[in-house]
This record gives sequence, structure tokens and C-alpha cells, in this order.
Amino acid sequence: MKRKNYYILCFVFLVGIIISQNNLPSSPKVWKHVILINGTAHIGNGQIIESSYVAFLDGKIEMVSESKGIRLNPAAYDTVIDITGKHIYPALISTNNILGLQEAEMIRPTSDFNEVGFINPHVRSLIAYNTDSKILPTVKTNGVLYTQCTPRSGLISGSSSIMATEGWNWEDAVLKADDGIHVNFPKSIQKNGWWGETAPSTKNNKYDEEILVLNKFFEDAKAYCNSPAGSLESNLRFEAMRGIFSGSQNLYLHADYVKDIILSVNFAKKYEVKKPVLVGGKDSWKTTKLLKDNSIPVMLCRINDLPDYAEDDVDILFRIPALLQNDSVLFCLQLAGDMEAMQTRNLPFLAGETSAYGLTKEQALQSVTLNAAKILGIDSKLGSIELGKIASLVISDGDLLDIKTNNVILAFISGKPIKLINDQQLLYEKYKTKYGVK
Amino acid sequence: MMSKLTRIFIVLTLAGGNIISQTTFPTNGAPNPIHTIYAFTNAVIHVDYETTIPNGILVFQDGKIISTAEKATIPVGATVSDLKGKHIYPSFIDLYSDYGMPEIKKSVPGQTIVLNENPNKGAYGWNPAIKSDVDAYKLFTFNKDKADELRKSGIGVVLSSQKDGIVRGNGVLLNVSNQKENEMVIKDKAAGFYSFTKGSSTMDYPGSLTGAVALLRQTYYDAQWYKENAAKTEYNITLDAFNNLQSLPSVFEANDKFNDLRAVKIGKEFGVKYIIKGGGNEYQRINDIQNTFLKYIIPVNFPEALDVEDPFDAEQVSLAELKHWEMAPANAAEMEKNYIPFCFTSADLKDKSQFLANVKKCIAYGLTEKTALKALTFNPANFIGVQDKVGALRSGMYANFIITDKNIFADDAIMYQHWVNGTLNIYSDINSPDIRGTYKLLADEKNYKVKLSGDLAKINGFINLDSAKTNLNFVFKNNIATMSFAFDSLRSARLSGNYIDKTKTFEGKGQWTNGDWFDFKLIQESSADSLAKNKNPEKKNNKLNIGKVYFPFSAYGEALPEDEGPFINGWLKWKNRYKAILIKNATIWTNNGDSILLDHDVYIVEGKIVRIAPNIDASFFAFAKKIDAKGKHLTAGIIDEHSHIALAGGVNEWGQANSAEVRMGDVVNPEDINIYRQLSGGVTCAQLLHGSSNPIGGQSQIIKLKWGMNAEDMKYEKAPEFIKFALGENVKHGNGPGDNRFPQTRMGVEQVYIDVFIRAKNYKKQMEDFAKLSTKQKINIAAPRRDLELDAIAEILDGKRYITCHSYVQSEINMLMHVADSLKFKVNTFTHILEGYKVADKMKAHGANASTFADWWAYKLEVMEAIPYNSALLNKVGVNTCVNSDDAEMGRRLNQEAAKSIKYGGLTETEALKLVTLNPAKALHIDDKVGKVMVGKVADLVLWTDNPLSVYAKADKTIIDGQIYFDREEDAKLRYNIKKEKARIISKLIAEKNKGTKVVKPSGKKPHLYTCETIEEN
Repeated sequence: MKRKNYYILCFVFLVGIIISQNNLPSSPKVWKHVILINGTAHIGNGQIIESSYVAFLDGKIEMVSESKGIRLNPAAYDTVIDITGKHIYPALISTNNILGLQEAEMIRPTSDFNEVGFINPHVRSLIAYNTDSKILPTVKTNGVLYTQCTPRSGLISGSSSIMATEGWNWEDAVLKADDGIHVNFPKSIQKNGWWGETAPSTKNNKYDEEILVLNKFFEDAKAYCNSPAGSLESNLRFEAMRGIFSGSQNLYLHADYVKDIILSVNFAKKYEVKKPVLVGGKDSWKTTKLLKDNSIPVMLCRINDLPDYAEDDVDILFRIPALLQNDSVLFCLQLAGDMEAMQTRNLPFLAGETSAYGLTKEQALQSVTLNAAKILGIDSKLGSIELGKIASLVISDGDLLDIKTNNVILAFISGKPIKLINDQQLLYEKYKTKYGVK
Repeated sequence: MMSKLTRIFIVLTLAGGNIISQTTFPTNGAPNPIHTIYAFTNAVIHVDYETTIPNGILVFQDGKIISTAEKATIPVGATVSDLKGKHIYPSFIDLYSDYGMPEIKKSVPGQTIVLNENPNKGAYGWNPAIKSDVDAYKLFTFNKDKADELRKSGIGVVLSSQKDGIVRGNGVLLNVSNQKENEMVIKDKAAGFYSFTKGSSTMDYPGSLTGAVALLRQTYYDAQWYKENAAKTEYNITLDAFNNLQSLPSVFEANDKFNDLRAVKIGKEFGVKYIIKGGGNEYQRINDIQNTFLKYIIPVNFPEALDVEDPFDAEQVSLAELKHWEMAPANAAEMEKNYIPFCFTSADLKDKSQFLANVKKCIAYGLTEKTALKALTFNPANFIGVQDKVGALRSGMYANFIITDKNIFADDAIMYQHWVNGTLNIYSDINSPDIRGTYKLLADEKNYKVKLSGDLAKINGFINLDSAKTNLNFVFKNNIATMSFAFDSLRSARLSGNYIDKTKTFEGKGQWTNGDWFDFKLIQESSADSLAKNKNPEKKNNKLNIGKVYFPFSAYGEALPEDEGPFINGWLKWKNRYKAILIKNATIWTNNGDSILLDHDVYIVEGKIVRIAPNIDASFFAFAKKIDAKGKHLTAGIIDEHSHIALAGGVNEWGQANSAEVRMGDVVNPEDINIYRQLSGGVTCAQLLHGSSNPIGGQSQIIKLKWGMNAEDMKYEKAPEFIKFALGENVKHGNGPGDNRFPQTRMGVEQVYIDVFIRAKNYKKQMEDFAKLSTKQKINIAAPRRDLELDAIAEILDGKRYITCHSYVQSEINMLMHVADSLKFKVNTFTHILEGYKVADKMKAHGANASTFADWWAYKLEVMEAIPYNSALLNKVGVNTCVNSDDAEMGRRLNQEAAKSIKYGGLTETEALKLVTLNPAKALHIDDKVGKVMVGKVADLVLWTDNPLSVYAKADKTIIDGQIYFDREEDAKLRYNIKKEKARIISKLIAEKNKGTKVVKPSGKKPHLYTCETIEEN
């Protein structure tokens, strides 16, 4: 006999965050067939359903519809949750991030994203992803449920993987292993300086050498990958490149300065890279035609950054998303930069900001959901609330993309509700009790 | 005699000059005393910059002028030269030279030494950047090549000094002659020299501009004290020498308009009227420069033309750079127009031979010739009080003069000779004819056009052959011209011709490649003079088409509208043009309790809010600027309690554990683009703080973000005084490799405070006790030395200075409050204070304010327990809490940061907004004027497009003191103007490049951004 659960979520605003698995039945069975009713569904593809039914079975979405005109049969579900007045979103996806690879910027032993050497395509971030990172829970609680765990450093930093922000271990958390390889395209202009301080930019004296090294590697790798397997002495670095030439993996080209972007596009064409992606692209809006003509999507640099030049429009970075959207360049948001792991929790607000500068709110949402999924090549599984996709969903009290209303009260990864509690909340509770305040 | 001297470009010194006064030197063989009297007749003598004798006689002997007159009896035995209408000018004087000085060894980064150990052994002062004991007259040595370089540019007298250190000792006034050093010195100690750069000093301190200012101020105080207490205290070479310098004119190397003003401020404090060595960008703040009523030495090193052919490369060139390229040559003319006395210097010029050419450029850009000559001769002499010796051609003055063929400022003027201290240097043969002009070449029965132009010493020749115009190599020497040119791909010709002045013709023979000879004649058709005449009218008609000065001189600066100026302080008046503003139908977040007024009007008069009510009848206020705020939200301006924008030369004076003497107010940079960017985010007011490298940092400065104003006008009027303290990993150098500067632990930090405050108490008492003594008693006792560092600490004890303390973990916060309680002072604000929530009750009891980040954490160990609920918790416990930026970018979004306290901790929207408005006003003790939208408050306001706490809100207008400093509509116009102005100048640069002017690649420089942790490397 099926146990039936019927919840009406009427969480008090402040207490909402305290919802944890403990408040809900723990038997895995009851999450087999779930329906969320009457919430405003933000599909992730631009559509909104004001009052919706969203149902999933065995972790896969099996129904998305208007609630009007459909007779609900509660008996068909083991769990029915009424989310009237709440908003439901697809899980937010963070891209190009060291989240899970670092705990604190200034404590070196906690960093696992900078391998030594220039050409490291064989290095994999996957196995260093720390599912027990103290930062992960603070990110989940704002609706970011997936992250592209990305290595840095060198000319070729290695391969990234797409990870859930919750899991027993990295094997459990991985959604897509080794989704692509990251190339830090040589910078013709070297930006100097350190945390918060931009020193004068200078010409990159090693530029020619770096271009040479990169080209040589790609030529050699291509020749290697074109040879029958086993015909040549095994080379870890070349082996790692097979997916790039076959098209099973993305090639992430990191470039910001407009000329570097143009050259990186030429580079991808030269080596017949099947799935190139521009990462950063601070100047991408200056060369949208090239990107569009070559179907190269952009994982856009952190828009909460200062313009490069005093002459630039003061809000130019906030407006890049709208400029790319208008010119039909596929893009998603990311926030690589200072304190990026910790800042990942602000990804929804970064998206919200774009709608003050030209995007619609649904387009803004798309820039951290479906667009990201498309670029990462996981849009058959994630990115929107559509039939057949994984039921990774976020339910917020109010508008998820605005700071003052973002209040995640319930979230699912692959149909399983996740624990929405972090140490910071516990400290808050502890000291509230100490001072006797509410 | 003179006619024999035909060698061009070889400097010849007459033997006589060398021996004249070397009376103390023994001679080898019989002495050869020569005391020739020279008389130059029929010359146009420019006696000084304003007196000309059209046809006069100059008589001089032994390096001194005997007479300059229209008529004079030529003394017996004089060597007479008829100058036939040639011009004589006094030699130019350069007050800012390092001619003959030894090379300065640059300090190597990383080799800096530990504080307080002066590498100079001996009874010197503590800081090696104070080199007041340097005597340039002891250091200088003759340098033939450099002397020649100067003289060729017309410079015959230099004030030479060693360009090293903040105090540089004295300079020596020299004749730039080829003599024994003994004869060249005009005045041994002619001026004292000062600057803001520490030069070769290997000591860490000072490591910033603010530190340099403090060190110089302290040195003035120390020297005063030393003088007044002579023999009662230590002996100190440096201070002794410093005091001796004070009787001399003081020259300050500031090198930039704002540094000029910084130097002037120091001068005012100590009653010193500096002669300011400027940067050539004074025109950008000409009113401020004029208001200093000081004298200036200005360079003529104009920026090189930039290569802007590639539009992407051109983006790296700032509008300010472009405009400066265009306007720099007009600097001198602007100085003249504004009655600012100045002289020129060849310093900063890489190629000193460009000196005169660039002065001519100043003239082309509007400087009058009279002022130019004055700036080269009389002014420099007068500035240092030697106008009776040099700078004019009068009896008894040095025989330092230049002979030219015509007006020295004419484009094609030839400098024949430059006499310095009565010794001759030849630059062009005075008897050699000016052979420049256009010619007809008759050779091999054919006829070709030839043009000879350029410098007499280096003629550029061109010949029009049948096929094309080609180069004609042309050398004219000893009346014979040697020429060659390529006739076609096979044949070339070499020619040699004698010049016949009468017919202005060269006649001679030529030889073809195959050895065949031919006869030729080169016949002048028009002379150089007539060429120049043809050219000149065109030039005069060419009105200088240069842009206007922007305030500030940056992108998003504005030019003063045509009909508003130029008045004294015209910009200030224009910027404050709104007498009244009426904002209609706004949703007003008053910050008065929870009150939000819907559809209310706000009436502002002369910067103050005078009325808030619904439906104020606009027709009564016809003159007021009206703003329709329907659907918009009006709040108090955002106040950033913790900012490092708008600062110049470093925010951390990091060499000392206590740097209380440095003041951020000394280094406000009103041209930082981040001021404008933050206005676009609704920020009206910010506290500019010293960094966090020391337990006791520097004094902070509260400013209003009045973009366009100068530094002083930006400062908050009668701002409460603050000082930065810091705790934690930064001050103990915890994230570096570790060093031996005390403290290296939190334990040490406590002791730094205890020590400093106890010393400050004693210092205060000593000062008070001494003041009580009678005049008689004071005679025998050394007065306590004024110490700027302890002054600042004493002010804290007196309650006149507030502390803002950078802090993270609870243990140290607790510690500082204990130290404060026991030594009876108060910590006004804990800033960052990420673990404030753990000691909120203690902070409340102490009466401290909190100013925190909204959600930062996980960047170092001491922030691992930082929680975004911090601000809400502190607020709930009753601590006055603010949210700050410490970040130039985030400063633009402080409204969003405030909103995080709604999400994390559930503050109400009005409570949240106060975190960035009223609460920082309270913490900064300026809430009597700002922080609320109420009648009687100052109109520092922001009009938002949406609920100000929403991520969807944008600041539409930002108002400070009742004037609009940011307006989204105006912003669009400014963007358009930037594009237009850049494009205009770029097309000029392209034209320059096409003309063949040398262009350089842009460097893509970006300004520094500062945070707490920034350390400026010099």
C-alpha cells in the first residue's frame, strides 16, 4: 500500500531556510513519484506557467503543464506538494568555476586547481572535487545545484567535469565527466597586478612563444589522434585530446581581449575543432558576427567587474548579455575571478542584474540554466523543466534572481530533495540564541 | 679672424677664455694671458625680453659685458666684428637641470632594509631620503657633450642639482661653458630642492606618496625644533643642513598638476613659497594653479604621437592621453593667459636638442614671443634672484649670448654662435651664406628642379628628375658643395661645385657612373626667406583647432560651456548651477523610522531640503530644475564607509607598524574614473581609508563624490577626523613569507597599541608641561619635539579623532576593546568585522559601530567563520551597522549588498537600506547633515528606477549638495561626446602618421585599483 504524503508549503519567511530532509519523510520510496502543484513554473527556455503542475517519476520529469483544465489525481503520486504562490525553477548551473577545488584563496593547501606545467590536457578536475567542501552548502541554498568544476593554469589546464553540488563523493556527484578541455589562449596583452589591483598592462613578451607551443601541440595531437589506436607509443597528453577532435568534448578557449578572441576562433577553425566554446569573452560583444557565423557560444566573464577603460560605458559589462542576445550569440553567465568559489552563491543575482540591462527576466534565467546546459552539451538532461529531463529543481519563496526575494525552500537533485542547511545558518541560529533575538 | 672659423658643428673654444681667471692654478711654461675685448657692431641686440636695440654695439671682456648700446666708443685693442643685422639674445637659463651631476644608483627592489637603520654612517638624520646635506657644487663636473647639447638648444646657464631624494640639498648655478669648473660656477648655493620621490634610498619608509608628504612635513617640524633647541639636543647633520637650505629659494619637483597643489599645501604649512617644477599638464587645472600665486618651471616634453591606425589598439589609448597629446603644447600659453609666472626647463626631454623647437611649438599654440623669451631668460634669473647676473645683456652681467640670423623663434632661424662666460661656441658658420632655396640645375644640356631645405648644418636636398623626385645628397663645406643622386637604376651622378654668392650659383663639374664628366650650374630661383614667407601666411591663418579642457581631465569629464567662461573658478560656478530643484511624485525612503512616503515632492534650495509634501505647486518655483520622479524611488545618498578609490600613490605606508602620521587627505585623486562609476551606483559619500598593513594605519578622508571638482572641493566640509587601525593576518604579515617587522603575531599587535598609547599620553603631558614653563625656564630645557605620529594618537585620546579598525576574528576585536577601555579611548568603528556577530554584545557595550561585508568569506583563514547573517545579527543586537565595499567595483552595487541582509537575517527593507545610508552617516558622525531625506538635511540623494534594494534597480540620478552629479540621460550624452572627441583626435593622429611623424604604439596602461591589502611598489 502506497503511503501518500500531502504537504502544503506555508513556510514562514524566516524559517524557510531551516527546511531539511528531517522535516520530510525519509523513505526513498515516497520520492519516487512526485508532483508539485500550483507553483509559478519558470521553465528555463523563456516560458512561464503561472499555475503549474510539475511531476517527476524516478527522478525524471514526466509532466509539465498548466494546472488549469487538468484534473489532478493525487492518488497517482506518492508525494503531492502544493507550492501555491511559490516559484519553481530548473537547477541553476555554474560554469567555469573552481568551486569544490578550493576552500580559501589564501590558504594554499586548500587549492587544487593549478597544476604545474604548460600543457596538461590529461589533468582531470573530477577526482579533486571535494563534495565535503564547506562552501558547497552555501551555494546550494541559493539555488545553484550544478557546477562545471574547472582546472586553471598553464596554456592547457586540463579537463573539467560537471558536478552536482551534493553527493557522497565525486563519483556520486558527477553528472558528466570530462566534458571538455580548457585552453588559456595566449594573451597578447598581459594584465598585471593582483587581488583587486590592476597594474599597468604590458605586452606579453612570451606571446609568440606561447602561440608556437600551443600550435605545435595541437598539430602533434591531431596527427596522433588520427592514427589508429595503439599504432604509436602511448602519450597521455595526446590521448586526452581525442574527444576534442572527434567532437565528444568541448574545447574551451579562454580569451577576453578582442584580438585574442578573433585569433582563438581562427585557431579552432584551423584544427577543425568540433565544439569550441569561448570562455571569458569580455570583448565578445565587439565581434558577435564572427562568433555567430562560427556558432561559437560564450561562457561570459563575470559581469560584476569594472570596464577595462575609463572611456567604456560605465555599465558596459552589465549590458554584454543583452548585446549578445540581440546578435543571437548563445551565452551563459559565470563568475570566474576573485573569490569565485564563495561568489557562486551570487550567480542568480548576477543573472537578475542582466534584466535591469536589457534582458527579460526569463532570458536572464536562461543564461544560468538552459543556455549553460546547451553550451555544456547536457541540455538533454538539464537546464529546463521539460519532459524527460532530470528532476533537478529549485523552489523559491519569491523571485529567485532578486536578492531580497531569493529564498530557496525546497530543492531536488535528480528527484531527491536535498538538505538546505549550511554551517553559516547554524552559526546564525547559535548566536541568535545567545543574544535572545529573533 | 672669425671668417677662418668655418668648421660647422665642431665646438671651438677660444684659447683665451680658458686661462683668464685660473689665477690659483700653476701653469706649465709661460702663462699666456689674453684679455681680448670684443665688440659686435650693427647687431639687433635683445638686451632683455622686452628691450631691443635695432642696431647696436655689444662690448665685452673677460666673460663680462662692458656695454650694450646704440652707439658706443669701441675700446682700443678690441676685436671688432660687423654682425650686419644679425640678432643677439641673452642665453637661456634652465633652473631644473642635472648637468654635471653624478649618476644616481637606483635602489634595487627587494633589497630594501629594515626600518630605522640608515645606511649612511655618521651623524645624519634617520631617513636617507632626506638628503639635505647634498651640495651640488661639490658634486658637479664638466661634461663636454652634455654642455654642447644644452648650448645648442640655447641654454647657457643651468641651475644644476642632484635629482635624488625627498630633500635633495642645494643646487649650483653654472655657466655652461667649456672651462675649468672653478670658472663656471656663478653661485654655489643657488636653491634648495625637494620632491615626493625617495629616489635611491633603500629604506622601506616612505613607500607611498602619502608617506612622502608625511616625512617631509615631519622633517620641517624636526628642523624647526632642532633650530630652536640648538645645543640642547643631539647633533644632526641632516637637520642642520636642512635649516641652512631654508635661506635659499626652494624648488619643488612635483611633475603633475595635482602634485603641484600637494606641494603648495606643504609650502603653506611652513611658510615656504616653492618654485614648482610642474608636469606640463597645469592647463588642466589652470584656475587652481593660478590660485597658488606661485612660480612654475615647466617642461616642454610633449607626448609623442600615438599609432592609432588599428581601432582596437586605439581603444587602449585613453581620452585623457589623446587630449593631452593635443593640448600639451598649449600649456605655456594657458599659463601666460592666466598671468602665472613661469620659466621653461629642458628637463624631462629625452632629446634635449628638441628644446628650442618645442618652445617654438608653444608659440605656435598661442604663447607670445615676448613671454617665451621672458620664460627663457628673465624669469628664471628673477626666480632665484640672479637677474643682475644672467638673463639679460647689460653692463656687468655675464657675457652669455646667442647670435642668430633672425628672430630666434622663426622656424628657420639659424644659431651661429653661443657665447658662454665670454667663450665662443660655434654652431654654424656666421659668414657662410644661407644657400637654402629652390634651384635650377643645368647639366648635360638638361634642366632639373632642385630644392635645398632643412637645417643649415644638415641640408635636405631633392631633385626632380624626368621620372620622379629623388633625394639629392648635399654637403656644403668651405664654400664647396658636394652632391650626388641616382639618376636612374643604372646611372648616378656625383657633383662638386663652388658657390658664388653674388649670383647665388654653384658652378662645377660632375661625373657619371661610367666616368664621363660634365659641367653644371645650379642657379637659385628663390631663397629660403621667400619660401618661408610663402609658408607663413598660411600658418597664421590656420586657427589652432584644439579641444577644450575637460573637468576632470578624463572620459566622462565635461567642458565648461562656451557662454559660461572663462572666469575664475568658472567650472565651480557652472557645476553649482542649480539654485533649486523640485522632485515630483517620488516614493521617498525617508530613513526616518520606517517611513516611506508615496507620491511626495521634495524641494531643494541651495543644497538643502526645504520642503517635503505631496503636490507642491511647481508654478511657484518656475526657476527650479524639475525632475519627474513618477514611479521612481528617492533615497538618501549611499555612503561607503570603507573605500580606497580616488587615491594617488598608494594606500599603504607599510614600512612601519605605526603610520599614524600619514593622511589620505594629502593624496586624494579627483580624476579617478571610479568616482564617476560609483556615482552611477548612487554613492554620494565615501571614507577613503589607509590600507591594513599596519596596526595603526593612516588618517582617513571623507569625501563627497563631486566628480569634476578638485581634491579640496571634494573633501567633506569640516569632516570628522578618522584614523585607520587594523588587526589580524594583514598586520602580522600572516599571508606573506614572514619577516622581522614587529609584530608577527596577534600577541605583538596588542603590545603595539599599548606602547603607542602610553607614549602618546606621555607626549601630551610633556607638551602641556613645557607649555606651562616660563620663558626663562624654557631657555635651559629642550622643548619636546613635535611628532606627527603621536599628535594623531593624542587626538584619539582627546576624542578629536575616531578609529575605524579593520578586524575579522572575535579574539582581537575583544582585545582592542579591552586595550581601549584600559587606556581610556574608544574604538568608533570596527570595519569588515566579519566575526562581529560573536561579540555583538561587547561591541554594543563599548559603543562601537560595525561596518561589514554583506557576504564575503572563504578567502583566508580568519574569514572562515564569516557569515552573511552578520549585519542582520549585529543590527538586531543594537549595534549601529553598515555595509561597505572596500572594492571599486562592488562600491557601485552597495544597494544590492544591503539587500542581502533581507535574505540573510530578515531585516526589513527600510532597515536594510539604512545599512548603506543612515548607519554609515552615524558611524562617520555626519548624520546631522546626511543620511535621511528630511527637511533641513543636505540634499545628497539618489533617484532609483525601482525599489533600491532590488537587483533590478538602477540609479537614475545622483544628487550631491543639491547638484546633479550623475544623470542617466546626461550619461548618454557624455558617452556620445567621448566617442566624438576620441574620433576627432584620432583622425588628427592618423594625419600626423601619414605626414611621416614618428608614432609610438599605445601601452594600454590602466589605473591602479586599491584595496586594503594593496602595497605600492615604487
